[in-house]
Amino acid sequence: MADSTTSRVSYTLDSTLDSVNKIEQTAEHYAQRAGFDEETIPYIAMAVREAAVNAVLHGNAYDLNKHITASFETTSEDLVIRITDQGAGLDPDTLPDPLAPENILRGSGRGIFLIRAFMDEVNFRQLHPGTELTLIKHRTPAKSGT
Amino acid sequence: MSMKVSTRQVDGVTVLDLSGRITLGEGSVTIRDAVRDLLAKGQKKVLLNLADINYIDSSGIGELVSAFTTVKNAGGELKLLNLTKKVQDLLQITKLYTVFDVRDDEASAISSFAQ
Repeated sequence: MADSTTSRVSYTLDSTLDSVNKIEQTAEHYAQRAGFDEETIPYIAMAVREAAVNAVLHGNAYDLNKHITASFETTSEDLVIRITDQGAGLDPDTLPDPLAPENILRGSGRGIFLIRAFMDEVNFRQLHPGTELTLIKHRTPAKSGT
Repeated sequence: MSMKVSTRQVDGVTVLDLSGRITLGEGSVTIRDAVRDLLAKGQKKVLLNLADINYIDSSGIGELVSAFTTVKNAGGELKLLNLTKKVQDLLQITKLYTVFDVRDDEASAISSFAQ
């Protein structure tokens, strides 16, 4: 039986905004290679950018002694992107709802919300220290009905 | 590509023509500084023309919200003009589309500011 994994590449990068831009561009490249349409690709890239910003800004707090990793995996069914940091950890259950009336005018706090809006699956894993975010976009629409 | 901003006055309203990306570390600080400078000069009617903004992330959205509340708290008005479809979609997903006064015609946007 053939291995369904067609490619997987991992990068280790400094905790900088330049790394965020590189990860975003790489995500766009992999989304194109995976065959997503022109409408979907920018939203995948944006979700990955948000995850990278979280890792650099909130996770590693721009600490150049800490690194982030980004891995891109294309299977027959999914595009899977994993972003890790070496920060204190992120509990997604404690994040305020950015759509709640008391939060709607906040100047921050929408990154994870947008990631969830644009990806099909988003998983968090605590690394002690650090957090791994796994972002999954299905390459073919899920069958409905039967 | 970083964000660029140019300023013009139309009938007492300050129009900021923005172009490029509004993201963490790119356009976000530029908007903050521009709005702060306007308020310092007493210019409290602000129209952000986003026609040439081709990308905005959550930090950029946050900056638009902060600019909106900063101007409002100073007794002024901040409105948005000419959203691209992507920016419009993002504001709708984040339920901010109805928070902002969004316009698609500059002349009517200018005249909508309180005299």
